[in-house]
Amino acid sequence: MKKKKNRLAKSESMWGYILVAPTIIGLLVLNFYPFIDTLKLSFAKTLPFGLYKMQGIDNYVKMFSDPEFWKATWNTIYFCILTVPLGIFLALVVAIMLNAKIKGRTAFRAIFFLPMIVAPAAVAMVWKWMFNTEYGIINTIIGHNVNWVTDPKIIMITCAIVAIWSAIGYDAVLLLSGLQNISKSYYEAASLDGATKLQQFFHITLPMVSPTLFVVMITRLMASLKVYDLIYMIVEEANPVINDAQSLMYLFYRESFIAGNKGLGSAIVIWTVLLIGIVTIVQFWGQKKWVNYEV
Amino acid sequence: MKSLEKSKKRRTIGIYAFFAIGSIIMIFPFVWMFLTSFKTVAESMQIPPDILPKSWSLDSFKDALNSLPFAALYKNTILLIFWRVVCAVVFSSMAGYAFAKLKFKGKELLFGIVLVQMMLPSQIFIIPQYQMLAKVGLTNTVFALVFPGIVSAFGTFFLRQAYMGIPDEISEAAYLDGCNQWQTFTKVMVPLTTSSMSALAIFTAVFAYGDLMWPLIANTDLNMMTLSSGLATLRGQFSTNFPVLMAGSLLAMIPMIILYLIFQKQLIEGVAMTGGK
Repeated sequence: MKKKKNRLAKSESMWGYILVAPTIIGLLVLNFYPFIDTLKLSFAKTLPFGLYKMQGIDNYVKMFSDPEFWKATWNTIYFCILTVPLGIFLALVVAIMLNAKIKGRTAFRAIFFLPMIVAPAAVAMVWKWMFNTEYGIINTIIGHNVNWVTDPKIIMITCAIVAIWSAIGYDAVLLLSGLQNISKSYYEAASLDGATKLQQFFHITLPMVSPTLFVVMITRLMASLKVYDLIYMIVEEANPVINDAQSLMYLFYRESFIAGNKGLGSAIVIWTVLLIGIVTIVQFWGQKKWVNYEV
Repeated sequence: MKSLEKSKKRRTIGIYAFFAIGSIIMIFPFVWMFLTSFKTVAESMQIPPDILPKSWSLDSFKDALNSLPFAALYKNTILLIFWRVVCAVVFSSMAGYAFAKLKFKGKELLFGIVLVQMMLPSQIFIIPQYQMLAKVGLTNTVFALVFPGIVSAFGTFFLRQAYMGIPDEISEAAYLDGCNQWQTFTKVMVPLTTSSMSALAIFTAVFAYGDLMWPLIANTDLNMMTLSSGLATLRGQFSTNFPVLMAGSLLAMIPMIILYLIFQKQLIEGVAMTGGK
């Protein structure tokens, strides 16, 4: 009996290794090795023909003394400030509306979700056309000639509008699933006690949905810190406002693959990862104050 | 009681008004893209603009089709999505099952690798991934497009959750019925995770289709681009010819929109299920 059990355990662990092998080998080749290599590259100088030589912290010194880099860091943070709080607030409003018992709510849900399934490249192109200064429909409607894509002070707001429009349905669908988990009995009890709708929102809805809200916020924040595609499509490299719009990942792309400076590019991406790490830690530390995990 | 009904009615009207405005904001960009793509350049620059195109000209579509090899772009995008989905679902099912249900030494450590990969942004791997491909001369291939997504840490994590939700008694019963490990996995366990697998497939497909940075880097040959990176090239060629840009965007998104009209429920629920990535 013991022998059989032993053999069983052996076959179980053999199958365990066989089944995880493709994934683990893949992760080692595609992620673990590249991660080490990026770290190494960030301390190296790029030479022609894909060669490089170690040179210490020169890339980091160069990066930290470059005003374009600091501007890109600020642009990225500014983009998060513009998109995350407002985007999540609007997504919550949409989710609450979708949670109401009305006809056609699946259709409305589908409409808000639509931008999620089309490529960001295509979405950005349409908005760039609508934001065109001379011929864009938006300036026609508001009756002012606002330089949406060429004014250094406005360009980030333009990108933020497109980003919020793109993400609102996705975030709303996630929040909606959080709202649907709240038991009706809470609201019934509150109504009987004479609580107003607004009181119910702040004392029932908000605390009960806060764990979902936290997940959505973390994901949105991480995605915003890595923003690249929308800004790349709206602000081409030749646009004079590029310095006022490029995010860290845009700068990373230009530095690594257009300028061919992979050492500096690696330093930029390492910095971005550190930034994301710090923001995430702050978020997890701050959540204790407002996220409610008791049901 | 009557006033309560009245306030309820007023609320419903308010909700519909909200959705009416919201829907216009969400749909208008698509409508405007559609209408612009049928206008001539002169018409698109008319002030004030006409809403409807005068002649429904197809010239912009011809220009877009002439400057971008759309057949190749569709083919590359479809192959990219196909292989990414197959790889993600097959490999993640295997690993997810093993991590959830089997005992073996070093499991925690190996799963730790999965978790760490999930937390790091993909850009940190991009330069070495590109250099690996360049070294063996595999850039500008479909393989290059698929390459970073051959395995999926997120998929592994997600399907592990699905397998953890299946009670152990089921695999024990299969074992008593004479199934070996492989049969228990493929014949009994895999079919129980179809909804999770299709959610992962949808999630993988949507992100493979939308991805821009990797296709731009890996494949610079126009004939090997995806719809997304092809559009970025079109933007460079026709920076002010908006009807052509709109026609190109429309061509790039139409298959996805048709799929969405048919499968919107599955799509939304699939993405909602994978939530938070």
